[in-house]
Amino acid sequence: MDIRAQVSMVFHLDKCIGCHTCSIACKNIWTDRKGTEYMWWNNVETKPGTGYPTTWEDQDKYKGGWVKDGDRLRLRLQGRTEGLGNIFFNPNLPTIDDYYEPWTYQYDELFNAPEGDDQPTARPISLITGKPMDIEAGPNWDDDLGGSPIYASNDVNLEKLTEHEREQLNEVERLVFFYLPRICNHCLNPSCVAACPSGAIYKRGEDGIVLISQEKCRAWRMCVSGCPYKKTYYNWATGKSEKCILCYPRLETGQAPACFHSCVGRIRYLGLLLYDADRIQETALADEADLVMAQRRIIQDPFDPLVIHAAKANGITDQQIAAAQNSPSYKFVKKWGIALPLHPEFRTLPMLFYVPPMLPVLGKMKDGIYDSSAVEGMGQMLNSLEKARIPVRYMASLFSAGNEEIIREVYRKNIAVRLFKRAQRVKDISAAEAQEALEIGKTTAEEAEAIFNLTSLPTMEERFVIPAFAREEAIEQSLDPYTHKPAAGFGYREAPARRW
Amino acid sequence: MSNTFLWAVFPYIAVALCVFGGLYRYFHDRFSFSSQSSQFLENRMAFWGSTMWHYAIILILIPHVLGFLVPGAWAALIADQTRLYVMEVTGLALAVMATLGLAILIVRRLSNARAQSVTSVMDWVLLGALGLQVVMGFWIAFFYRWGSEWYLHTSVPWLVSLVNFNPQIQYVTAMPLPVKIHMLNAFVILALFPFTRLVHIVTLPLPYLFRPYQVVIWNRKRNVPYDAPTGVASIGPDVPYLRRG
Ligand code: SF4
Ligand code: SF4
Repeated sequence: MDIRAQVSMVFHLDKCIGCHTCSIACKNIWTDRKGTEYMWWNNVETKPGTGYPTTWEDQDKYKGGWVKDGDRLRLRLQGRTEGLGNIFFNPNLPTIDDYYEPWTYQYDELFNAPEGDDQPTARPISLITGKPMDIEAGPNWDDDLGGSPIYASNDVNLEKLTEHEREQLNEVERLVFFYLPRICNHCLNPSCVAACPSGAIYKRGEDGIVLISQEKCRAWRMCVSGCPYKKTYYNWATGKSEKCILCYPRLETGQAPACFHSCVGRIRYLGLLLYDADRIQETALADEADLVMAQRRIIQDPFDPLVIHAAKANGITDQQIAAAQNSPSYKFVKKWGIALPLHPEFRTLPMLFYVPPMLPVLGKMKDGIYDSSAVEGMGQMLNSLEKARIPVRYMASLFSAGNEEIIREVYRKNIAVRLFKRAQRVKDISAAEAQEALEIGKTTAEEAEAIFNLTSLPTMEERFVIPAFAREEAIEQSLDPYTHKPAAGFGYREAPARRW
Repeated sequence: MSNTFLWAVFPYIAVALCVFGGLYRYFHDRFSFSSQSSQFLENRMAFWGSTMWHYAIILILIPHVLGFLVPGAWAALIADQTRLYVMEVTGLALAVMATLGLAILIVRRLSNARAQSVTSVMDWVLLGALGLQVVMGFWIAFFYRWGSEWYLHTSVPWLVSLVNFNPQIQYVTAMPLPVKIHMLNAFVILALFPFTRLVHIVTLPLPYLFRPYQVVIWNRKRNVPYDAPTGVASIGPDVPYLRRG
């Protein structure tokens, strides 16, 4: 047993309102520099949709993540020697057009225009070339299903749906969608790390945050291709790859990452998980249908004396163990089993988990009017699972590598919690019915209460359980990260600029 | 002066610049110690240009280096007429490939606005020097046949004499102009090494072939019970920051 600690995140999708506050918080702190304008370390995409960069989930195109090859794992991208062979040209690199060309406007033309009959206009100027450009795409071009015939219908997760299901989705396309906020998953088996020829990307031993050393990065760009979530980005101005750093300077001073802190829907949770590093390979090699369960199994019980003992032997502090015992991630992911990894079939063992949105059919369109009066009793609610407007199969394609039963289990439990609380508060469901719902959802009154509390009423301290962290040496040397950052980005010692 | 300077002094200056400049940059400006790829901004021409250029130029450089390092073995290799012939033809073909690849890269940086925006003055200087070098190389291969043979009796003894700190410039001073340009420009390129993206040559990540896939770095030393070390920042009530062991 090799017990290590991992900062792990949970996003509760039922609560996300798609306001993009998280993305802006991140951008203002980390990616407002030249070369990073196009990067959104935190982005929120509309599902169904093609996401950012466009169709990032399509690994036939981008070749990210791992493939199970008998009893071995290999990078879908390339073998090691092949990697060196591709060093002069990376054949699977997305280009700026797969994201979008960043731009600004010639605002001064608005102010300096001579008086005339026409309203002056501010032309868009490319932030790469500095020349006028035609805007063809931008961040969240398909927000809220905008342009869905082009975007949403190209979502790769729709491929697994039947013709009928797809039609169904289309019928209500103006009604149903949900938001999927994404950051780097700080994976246990990161393929970005494995793909980097320079060994510049590393996982911090103490907390599992995945970082790119800006001094070791040699611009081979293999991580950009290797990460199946497309969460490392190439800074074209400095010739270095950059990625979400989980705001480690904030974490190290006891604050939640900026996107977590600013989240309007309060959908974000952060806490430690203890896991057994000896079992990473075995977990990543699990059968597709078993991946979610395998990932739950590798997470260890922080109350188990054996685990605590092994953790201490590995230098994990008492504080960290206490934080792991109190961790909201542990509850959502392992104890309650209602948070699932995004695309576990990429086999990187992502450590960001999602509570899938329920989107139950509680009403329907009747003559152009949304009619929800039909909801009565618990039958409707429980049935809503089968009639869910976004088919269970779609959710399974996103969150359980196709295992629909896992999605159903999560839904049954979440619906049970709702019915249980509804029986208590609205009182239009009998106690017996609520009890039956709890049984169907394989949960208990206490658990339902706890899920309800952490879902709906959590305080800041309950959402973010942050133990004392070991500080990154880089920042340690350069003192206060907030004074340091405007001068040097997050490179250290010297400004991240090229003189040659 | 000129001959002595060009053939007996300048090469030393160039090599010194290359070595000491390179070391200086490695230790003091490691951030920029790479080639700043622009494939992300322009993909299609980068493929043809970069692949053709790199593979061709590496294959061309190998015989250049072999002839210098193991002239005896090289002479034996080309003693056979057919082998010499094959060598010359391959060399010519590779020269065409390298020239074409470099031409594409130059056109790319000239014509593509995005690629242009990440091109520095030193990039142009380097492209110019490399362009001159391959064009001259091609010229020599075409008009002064059997270079694999005469190289052994002209440039190689001169290079060897340079290594022995006893420059014998008579081996090269009578060479035709294109050959002279080719030889001198080679040293110019060496001198440019630390000041351009050429430094990426020595960053070939061979350890990748042997290292484990995953890289984990511990900020604190593991498994060692520790007391709060003196003079080190402490961030929590009882978690002292530790140096890496
Ligand atoms: S999400 Fe991508 S960038 Fe982040 S750790 Fe996983 S593989 Fe690496
Ligand atoms: S800030 Fe929170 S609620 Fe708003 S889009 Fe981001 S994750 Fe969703």
